[in-house]
Amino acid sequence: MSIKIENISYVYSPGTAYEKQALKNVSFEIPDGQFAGIIGHTGSGKSTLIQHLNGLLKATSGAIYHDGKNIYDKGYDMRSLRSRVGLVFQYPEHQLFEEDVLTDVCFGPKNQGLPKEECEARAREALELVGFPEKYYLQSPFELSGGQKRRAAIAGVLAMKPEVLILDEPTAGLDPKGRDDILDQIQHLHERTKITVILVSHSMEDIARYVERIVVMNRGTKMLDGTPEEVFAHYKELEAVGLAAPQVTYIMHDLKERGHSVKTDVTTIEEAADEIMKSFRKRKSEKGSFHD
Amino acid sequence: MNMIRARQLVYDYEKRDEEGNYAGVTRAIDQVDLDVKPGQFVAVLGHNGSGKSTLAKHMNAILVPTGGTIWVAGRDTRDSEEIFPVRRTAGMVFQNPDNQIIGTVVEEDVGFGPENLGVPTDEIWTRVEESLKTVGMLEYRSHSPNKLSGGQKQRVAIAGVIAMEPQCIVLDEPTAMLDPNGRKEVIRTLHELRKKKQVTVILITHYMEEVIDADRIFVMDSGRVVMQGTPKEIFSRVDELKHYRLDVPQVTMLAEELRKRGLDLPKGILHREELVDAICQLK
Repeated sequence: MSIKIENISYVYSPGTAYEKQALKNVSFEIPDGQFAGIIGHTGSGKSTLIQHLNGLLKATSGAIYHDGKNIYDKGYDMRSLRSRVGLVFQYPEHQLFEEDVLTDVCFGPKNQGLPKEECEARAREALELVGFPEKYYLQSPFELSGGQKRRAAIAGVLAMKPEVLILDEPTAGLDPKGRDDILDQIQHLHERTKITVILVSHSMEDIARYVERIVVMNRGTKMLDGTPEEVFAHYKELEAVGLAAPQVTYIMHDLKERGHSVKTDVTTIEEAADEIMKSFRKRKSEKGSFHD
Repeated sequence: MNMIRARQLVYDYEKRDEEGNYAGVTRAIDQVDLDVKPGQFVAVLGHNGSGKSTLAKHMNAILVPTGGTIWVAGRDTRDSEEIFPVRRTAGMVFQNPDNQIIGTVVEEDVGFGPENLGVPTDEIWTRVEESLKTVGMLEYRSHSPNKLSGGQKQRVAIAGVIAMEPQCIVLDEPTAMLDPNGRKEVIRTLHELRKKKQVTVILITHYMEEVIDADRIFVMDSGRVVMQGTPKEIFSRVDELKHYRLDVPQVTMLAEELRKRGLDLPKGILHREELVDAICQLK
């Protein structure tokens, strides 16, 4: 499903002393099947923005189109919108509540009015998609490790078969291995099901590694929008608003300053290693030809 | 005297079934020996469930050992007479700043701790001012904490702890919910605190980049301390760390990758400048 946001603004508590403009004329389009990232400092409007995407918040002005249809049109089926756009909140495991994992994951499809067998089939499929081990299906969700709890919670959203999956900091509080596992699984899920994925994260390294496109939010407006290479090239502007580029990007800039002929639009360790090795080979062959 | 000293420390959580009956124990800390010297900056790493937080809670007697002993500035935490002195010696900061801030104005929040300790009013104001200055938040003294960023709130929480003038501050994943700037602010504040006030800092975190300037790192797994050493020593052992579900800083990872591809770089590179220098020195 494609999502188009057109000039949306949102004001919290309008007309009161607490009035605050959280979003200002934000526009962008996320095509069907994209793996996109949203970054921004705390309070930049990221969470407000994603809550608009499945209709939890209604824009004060502007329009949102899902597959070309304006969700604010009279008669638009908001209920179906919420199951088509799955939103995984921060610390989603706080929302687990059932007696066992399988029943918990069934909760979404059950609310969609699906028959019991279908609910369970979907729950199993969703748990498998997030790599949740079958031996724990009938365990209480409260006895699981942090990483497994989070998987179960994400499966709960996937079981509703959303066409768009939005994750708000899915790795906060997880250990490094848990972080990699969850993100690898999400990438895998994206490749297998081709669903649109929107990842909100504070980790520039993670964002650089997984997404195709980044939207940068600052003070309620869209500040930058492009591929990781394009966005992280503006590392100085990112720093000015409380963000940063991945560490390797800085290393490439340092090396270039010190006379190495390396590209600086590098955002992952692999790319950086390739680029540095290339510069050494180049230098060697230049030296070689000089001696000849 | 060590700030923290643990010998054969053991902690068992009691498991209970649905009716609340005893159903065995889970060993969260298993025979831990640990020494932290006064004024050290120490980091504790370990995957979720490795026992880090349980260990931290022993350092100010929120939990007391099932077996073995832990001394905080020489005081045995199992001695009930010592609980308050122990808590005054070691202050704690937790993950979520919103759960730790209670005042409606920043300076009020910071003054809450010393007020509870019965510090005279004039002295409270001096401490509040001094603490806010240390964490770089003095200009926000009359603001509402609600309007602050995550990093700022966490610094206010730290100021609240140092206003009680502890000798030691224990932080359990203080940066988990913060953006990159907020994380940097908090870590910078901790180093300042150690330098200016000689406070012992014990930092628990999942972010490897945050511990490269620590004096010593302890790695925990299944309730045990399985590795300890300087950051350079610890992060040279990449495969071992991965085995414990941990990681190395991106800089170290890139250096390791380049070594694998044949560049002659030293092991255990931690800082960006170090790596850039090492690469530039290669012929």
